[in-house]
Amino acid sequence: MSSRRDALRKIFNSAMIAGSGGLVWGTVASSAAKSPLALRPPGALVDDKFVQACIKCGKCVVACPYDTLMLAEVTEDKCLGTPFFEPRKIPCYLCTNYPCIKACPSGALLIDNIQQESEPANIENARMGLAVVHKESCIAFSGIQCDVCYRACPLMGKAIVLVKEKNEFTGKHANLKPVVNSDYCTGCGICEKVCIVEKAAIFILPVDLVTGKTGDHYVNSWEKNDEKRIENRETLQRSTDEDVESAIEYLNSDNELFEE
Amino acid sequence: MIIIKRHRYLIARRVVQIGFLVIFAGSNYAGWSILKGNYSSGTVLDAIPLSDPYAVLQILFSGFLAGNDLLFGALIILIIYGFFFGRGFCSWICPLNIISDSAIAVSKRLKIEPSFKMSVKTRYVIMLLGLVLSALLGVSAFEIVSPVAILHRGVIFGIGFGWTIILALFLFDVALVKNGWCGHLCPLGAFYSLISSYALLNVKHDSDNCTNCNRCFGVCHEPQVLDIIGKQSGVIKSGECTNCARCIEVCDDDALKFSITNRLLKKN
Ligand code: SF4
Ligand code: SF4
Ligand code: SF4
Ligand code: SF4
Repeated sequence: MSSRRDALRKIFNSAMIAGSGGLVWGTVASSAAKSPLALRPPGALVDDKFVQACIKCGKCVVACPYDTLMLAEVTEDKCLGTPFFEPRKIPCYLCTNYPCIKACPSGALLIDNIQQESEPANIENARMGLAVVHKESCIAFSGIQCDVCYRACPLMGKAIVLVKEKNEFTGKHANLKPVVNSDYCTGCGICEKVCIVEKAAIFILPVDLVTGKTGDHYVNSWEKNDEKRIENRETLQRSTDEDVESAIEYLNSDNELFEE
Repeated sequence: MIIIKRHRYLIARRVVQIGFLVIFAGSNYAGWSILKGNYSSGTVLDAIPLSDPYAVLQILFSGFLAGNDLLFGALIILIIYGFFFGRGFCSWICPLNIISDSAIAVSKRLKIEPSFKMSVKTRYVIMLLGLVLSALLGVSAFEIVSPVAILHRGVIFGIGFGWTIILALFLFDVALVKNGWCGHLCPLGAFYSLISSYALLNVKHDSDNCTNCNRCFGVCHEPQVLDIIGKQSGVIKSGECTNCARCIEVCDDDALKFSITNRLLKKN
């Protein structure tokens, strides 16, 4: 009888140890998986999926001819072992044959992600991040001619355009301001690399962190096909369980007006 | 000469272990293409994929259908160890084994008796927990903290502060639990133990030659697998045997040697 009790106790103890160990492990692992600021190689799945898929083999790191990519180490908040890059050190040079993506065995980097519909894959469809200009430290905004980022950008004139503006200080000159277009910017970070000021005035941040979303309520009628967007908008689908009838009833009833 | 003979397998194991590390590191630092990547997933000669089956299993449990290269690579590794080399990964390939072996050597030299007791089955619980947590969290739960990966990745790609984790494991093994990590906790070792119970390469015991000196028990890091010693001839069946051959080296009576035994088809 007592041996059976001992056995039960042993099982209970082990279950408790496994349970508490599992909780600690789970907490550590789920916080270790977070990497809100990491810039991933081209063709990467969006971040949670990327961290889930990547087996941390470093084949993309080995494949990159520019030594752009690194694997995250323990003290970095980029999910241990996953690849990332820091553009101010070494940007991504947008290899036209994307060796990093080809080397990935897991599906964390996918050629599909740089492919648009029926066109062949093109590294310029990569969206590793988005360039952001800090205009107070960019010297072009204070009237000095720079355009270094504009000229270095592999998508010159598309991802960065120079916007002319009258220089109100001299009254005679123009400010040539670099402005990023998120439709084209690949997030390669060459602009951040070449920016001449002490701490880069143009830098790359994860796309999701620096973009908004218009939603379905606004349509640019002057843009071809923009209204296509609302065809499968969420609000339309939801309307089935809204009580439309009583709302119309309420709006049409004029009882209140004639109440004494 | 005698010393070399005494440690012939130890020397061979270290040559293989360090050789693999050098070849992998060469792919990153010198652009070699013999074996690219690391122990989580590698590519031989830019053609044949290899991957850690437990890591791939975690990815699958997390709910992501891993790429074909990973699935195929895991299959190759499963065949290599499951059919041929048993738990050989642990003593012939895994770089953490060098650390845990030296921890045992150090505590022996310093006459420290690691006194904390723990069940050698704990690792199987951890292995299952790794899969359950992967499913719950949607991310490979062991890979994200694995000291094995911290070490091999560290040697091949740069370790940063990862060495603190390795040092912690070393001290744990020296002072608290003998062979604590590899023999009690490591889910990867547990996984390889499970898949290799029927591998071809085994240590074979000849009890007629055995003088019951028990020296094999003294050197084996998984002594529970030596249950047949002195009692019965046959192969060490347990998948927990790492095929490290320490017992073969220490046996002076020709009672232990490697053998190729097909236990899948034949009884015994
Ligand atoms: S596209 Fe080229 S430069 Fe950019 S990360 Fe991939 S391999 Fe490196
Ligand atoms: S090659 Fe793919 S799986 Fe390997 S580290 Fe790079 S992104 Fe991760
Ligand atoms: S990151 Fe900079 S250089 Fe690269 S595409 Fe965008 S704007 Fe151009
Ligand atoms: S039984 Fe022999 S080969 Fe197996 S782990 Fe023990 S010492 Fe190593």
